[in-house]
Amino acid sequence: MALLLGVLFMVFILLHITGDPVSLMVSRHASPAEIEALREELGFNRPLMVQFADFLTDAVQGDFGRSFRYRQPAMGLVLERIPATIELASAALLMAILMGVTIGILGGSNPNTILDSLARGLGLLGQTIPTFWLGLILIIIFSLHLGWFPTYGRNTFVLFGMHLPDKSIILPAFALSLFTTGQLARFTRSAVLEVMNEEYVTTARSKGLGKMRIYSRYILKNSAIPLISIIGVQFSYLLSGSIYIETIFSWPGLGNLLAEAVSTRDFFLVQATAFFTSLVVIGLHLVTDLIYMLVDPRIRYR
Amino acid sequence: MKPILAVEKLNTRFETFAGSVYAVNDINFELFPGEILAVVGESGSGKSVTMLSLLGLLPGSSSRVSGRAQFSTAGIDVDLLSLSKSELNRYRGNHISLIFQDALRSLNPVTTVGEQISESLITHLGYNKKKARRHALELLELVGISQPDKRYSSYPHMFSGGMRQRAMIAIAISCKPEILIADEPTTALDVTIQSQILELARRLQRELGMAVIWITHDLGVVAGLADRVLVMYGGTAVEIAPVDELYENPRHPYTEGLLGAIPSIANKGIKRLVSIDGSPPDLFQAPRHCQFVWRCPYAFEPCWQNIPQNYEINKGHYSKCFYDLQNNRPRTEV
Repeated sequence: MALLLGVLFMVFILLHITGDPVSLMVSRHASPAEIEALREELGFNRPLMVQFADFLTDAVQGDFGRSFRYRQPAMGLVLERIPATIELASAALLMAILMGVTIGILGGSNPNTILDSLARGLGLLGQTIPTFWLGLILIIIFSLHLGWFPTYGRNTFVLFGMHLPDKSIILPAFALSLFTTGQLARFTRSAVLEVMNEEYVTTARSKGLGKMRIYSRYILKNSAIPLISIIGVQFSYLLSGSIYIETIFSWPGLGNLLAEAVSTRDFFLVQATAFFTSLVVIGLHLVTDLIYMLVDPRIRYR
Repeated sequence: MKPILAVEKLNTRFETFAGSVYAVNDINFELFPGEILAVVGESGSGKSVTMLSLLGLLPGSSSRVSGRAQFSTAGIDVDLLSLSKSELNRYRGNHISLIFQDALRSLNPVTTVGEQISESLITHLGYNKKKARRHALELLELVGISQPDKRYSSYPHMFSGGMRQRAMIAIAISCKPEILIADEPTTALDVTIQSQILELARRLQRELGMAVIWITHDLGVVAGLADRVLVMYGGTAVEIAPVDELYENPRHPYTEGLLGAIPSIANKGIKRLVSIDGSPPDLFQAPRHCQFVWRCPYAFEPCWQNIPQNYEINKGHYSKCFYDLQNNRPRTEV
């Protein structure tokens, strides 16, 4: 709670010390008096602390103010964008887990081989390629030259009454997932490497168990424990909406909304987005802790 | 009697960035059905590595094992060291099992104790889950764990140190192995628990008729438990003898040093305990002469030139030493 308040305060201060949206709202020929009048009307001429207190009072009642641009409640706009972001984040996370964990396991269980070097290389590559550059390259290759995917936007089809994205999600999700893939690959590799040297793995081998069983019940189950927190953090990062990816692919998610809101100085919209994002991050940390208890019996509460 | 396990010329090297480590050098020993063989020696003398080598449990990429380890029992006669990993899996945990020093680290923290017992039964004896569970409960009872029903679904961290070692033993004996290798299983336990575990091991050994290799550096444990003793130094078996003979008549200077370092109540601080001067050998050097020579009070010229052979002193008593300790002079052969 205190964390949430802190985030809101920071966002509020940073927004207001960089000016206000009034100059963008009036026509170019407006007189200083007209501008001042609009400021007065919107309340931007009051002391910052009073404005913040005002914002908080409304916020706890569920009112995050209205977007200047859309002339709609800011939170409503945020909530509208959430499904698209959740879709993109989930798809990206799924891809990252599939690719990252696989690469990590292959590398970690064959230390100091070519496979391992490849895994480490891929992990590093995933974390260092700039996503905006990768997004553009993907569009050029797969959309423009090969024509396999649409260049931008979110197309949907209906299944059981739900609007689900079609293949248009693949490129942005892939571009978004790459950083997480790299991180997961590296962490999985080191987790597997560590667990492989544990004495209980020697015990498992001394029991004459098959390779499959040693991997599934001993190595992977134990390696999963440190990965859970990484996946939790990464998912909250993905869910906060990627500004670059959503902008490049015109994906109608939170990141896209935030980018727009910041560039148009749409204060209330930025604040609502920040509020929601922090809520998601905090919530996911809680969920991560709960999942921990499921996997690691040592931290189960009695 | 035919030995159940005959180890010949066992050599184990580790390849490291700093060069080869000569961890086990030319070890020969035999293990007979139903006996308890104690393996003693200081840390780094190669006790554990010897046993892990026999079962192919060393990291494959950096270790090289050579020699023979003939395992023979009813209907089986194989050289363990010539088997592939998957062939070895038929013997490990089934005919030969291991227990380790630190039961907490040797048990899988994220699966239940019961499952860890059952999985051996399922793998080797082809039991179904229900039958394996029933048998696992009996095993828990057999090793003296109360309320086996409840303990079956507990995790290792919920057990006390003694209970964990009991659970390890339950896993090890689950398939009624012919050989049980115990790698310092009582070192991490306090003295009362230690004696309980020793008692349990002795009882099970008698009931199941297993041969046991008991690795330890506690010579007190050895005296009360073992039939024969193998003394290791610098990766070599320097002396092997029946337990009483070894205590009364040690024939290797290292064994003599070890025994001299045991405090005794009869002694009551009148005599200083004897310590062995110097430090263990550098295993990065391929052995060219006796490994104990740097610390040996009896060392003389030949000790620096050749590796002593295994001299038979009495029936079943061998020592790798050029010096005749009993008569206090070099051996006549040298």
